[in-house]
Amino acid sequence: MAAQAPALPAVRLTWWIDDPRMRRMLLRLFAGALAVFIGIPLLTLVLWSFAGEWFWPNLIPTQWSLRWWQEVLENPRVTDAMFLSFTIAPVVTALTALVAIPAGYAFARLDVPYRRLLLLLFLIPNAFPRIGLYVSLAVLYYQIGLIDTYWGIVFLHMIGTLVYMTWITTATFRSIDPHLEEAARDAGASPLRAFFSVVMPLALPGIIVASLFSFLASLDEAQGTLIVGTPHYITMPVLLYTLISSFQRPVAAVFSVLLALPSLLLLVVAQRYLHSEYVAAGLGRV
Amino acid sequence: MAEVELRNVSKVYKDTVAVDDVSLHIRDREFVALLGPSGCGKTTTLRMLAGFIRPDGGQILIDGHDVTDLPPERRPTAMVFQSYALWPHMTVADNVAFGLRLRKLARNVVEERTARMLDVVGLPGVTKRYPSQLSGGQQQRVALARALVLGPKILLLDEPLSNLDAKLRVRMRDEIRRIQQELQITTVYVTHDQEEALTMADRIAVMNKGVLQQVGDALDIYDRPATAFVADFIGSSNLLSGTLRVAGASAVAEVGTARVPVDADGLADGTAVTVSARPEDMEVLRAPAADAFALEDARLVNFGAYKRLLGRHPAFGQLEARVPKSFRLDNAPVYVRFTRARAFASDEAPADITDKAARDPARNR
Ligand SMILES: Nc1ncnc2c1ncn2[C@@H]1O[C@H](COP(=O)(O)OP(=O)(O)OP(=O)(O)O)[C@@H](O)[C@H]1O
Ligand SMILES: [Mg+2]
Repeated sequence: MAAQAPALPAVRLTWWIDDPRMRRMLLRLFAGALAVFIGIPLLTLVLWSFAGEWFWPNLIPTQWSLRWWQEVLENPRVTDAMFLSFTIAPVVTALTALVAIPAGYAFARLDVPYRRLLLLLFLIPNAFPRIGLYVSLAVLYYQIGLIDTYWGIVFLHMIGTLVYMTWITTATFRSIDPHLEEAARDAGASPLRAFFSVVMPLALPGIIVASLFSFLASLDEAQGTLIVGTPHYITMPVLLYTLISSFQRPVAAVFSVLLALPSLLLLVVAQRYLHSEYVAAGLGRV
Repeated sequence: MAEVELRNVSKVYKDTVAVDDVSLHIRDREFVALLGPSGCGKTTTLRMLAGFIRPDGGQILIDGHDVTDLPPERRPTAMVFQSYALWPHMTVADNVAFGLRLRKLARNVVEERTARMLDVVGLPGVTKRYPSQLSGGQQQRVALARALVLGPKILLLDEPLSNLDAKLRVRMRDEIRRIQQELQITTVYVTHDQEEALTMADRIAVMNKGVLQQVGDALDIYDRPATAFVADFIGSSNLLSGTLRVAGASAVAEVGTARVPVDADGLADGTAVTVSARPEDMEVLRAPAADAFALEDARLVNFGAYKRLLGRHPAFGQLEARVPKSFRLDNAPVYVRFTRARAFASDEAPADITDKAARDPARNR
């Protein structure tokens, strides 16, 4: 028998993943980079919104002022737009969830015929430039009387949010072991009961994330809303788009901060929630 | 009182007959193991009993009532899943109490029964933990408690020990059997591990390719296999293919140029047969004798308590005999004689048998 070559020491190129200190450092680095990328533009905006006087090359404004905020918040068009935006987004989110959760479940679990085709169909509105879709939708809205209405805007927003939410919930439901549901059935639960006692709680983090995205997407949508909502239904981003040229720079900054605020708040809330105990336990199982 | 009957039950998937016309009667308080290689239809059979799969043909009766069309929540069965399927968002206590709460029992009754069942499975004091905070063996016990707490008529287990290490597997095996005896519950236990089946079950139902091969106790299955498949699958066997020659009361199988005396159980002269002989039914000789065959390339494999003698014969191929641990080869020639060999009609092509043996690493897992 030939002499065996001495075994080479096993060198793994991924050693740094195994080293917890290294991993923590990389994670911090990544988080830091992310913070810089998102934080610096945001910070600039905040500074602009409070700037009384700010000329190049000063790093921060030389004079501070609340005047822009006052100007914006005292403008009734702005408060109306804010009110409208915040009445549309929750309705869009709720309606989307109502459709996307059962749809996602069906796609994940049931033997839906042509499942791939249907999922693809769902994606089609995203595959083309949105503006074309909006224009043809506007034509349709004229014919059925949805143009310049609240529900017209809601349905338009739902075209986008439905896609995201169905995809996310499908993935979420698919990640839940069907045996968990079967075990509930075995213990005497009806299909509906098994869904609400076992599947829903486990899918909740995914559903919350998806709802969050829907909410923010609705809050941010400007193109389509501009086309089907004018002249009476002006949301925050539409107002921002239409008036940005006629306003001064600090006013645009105030607007942007106003628009970014809910997103930030929601993300913080979500982050809190996603750390709750049982989610961690659920993930620990995998 | 709880008995189960499968009547000509079948399940066909697109291109596979997963369960083929299986009839099986499981008696009250009996522990039956469904044993067979991977893909033979054990899980499918069990899931039809639980109500997760609807049979394409046949009936399932529990205590004489036809339950074929009942969903799982309306059957008096309880299942322990291979993956345990504990709900990760509920504590151990909530997992066990779930079914009791569904039945709207009073709170103190729920608590009392949950505690008692966790006691039975030997798991007091972990009630507030989440499943992810338990070891595999503990999770197994919770799964068992969750199934048993509802007082099911039939307990169904699908390879419940396959995720445990070897030591724990043996311990849980005894534990499950003890609990089954204690609660006197009719049990169907799916496994591909013959040792589990042989040690735990009152009766063993051996399946292959969706077909029930034989039902019997450990001794039946081991000593009087009904098919060549069973003979090979349970324990190990030397398998030879040949032609049967019957002369009066005695029968021999012609294997190439060699002739082996066999039990042929009424098979006709000229039948193509598969001959099976256990390693312990091979007598090892040091000198040539009538009916003895010389082994070439003989070698020994040590199993601790005994040894196996392996060798080749030109007509039979590889042969295997069990020998005492003191046995030594000492470069001397060895001969083997078949003291007991059985012949089975080769309706199952020999290719099938070897194919099965080859693709069945699960057996030794
Ligand atoms: N949903 C399904 N669709 C198609 N074929 C299936 C399905 N479920 C099982 N089968 C097939 O049916 C046969 C029996 O499967 P089953 O799961 O009952 O085997 P098993 O005896 O439990 O095997 P194992 O020991 O690997 O768990 C296999 O050939 C399998 O491929
Ligand atoms: Mg199986």
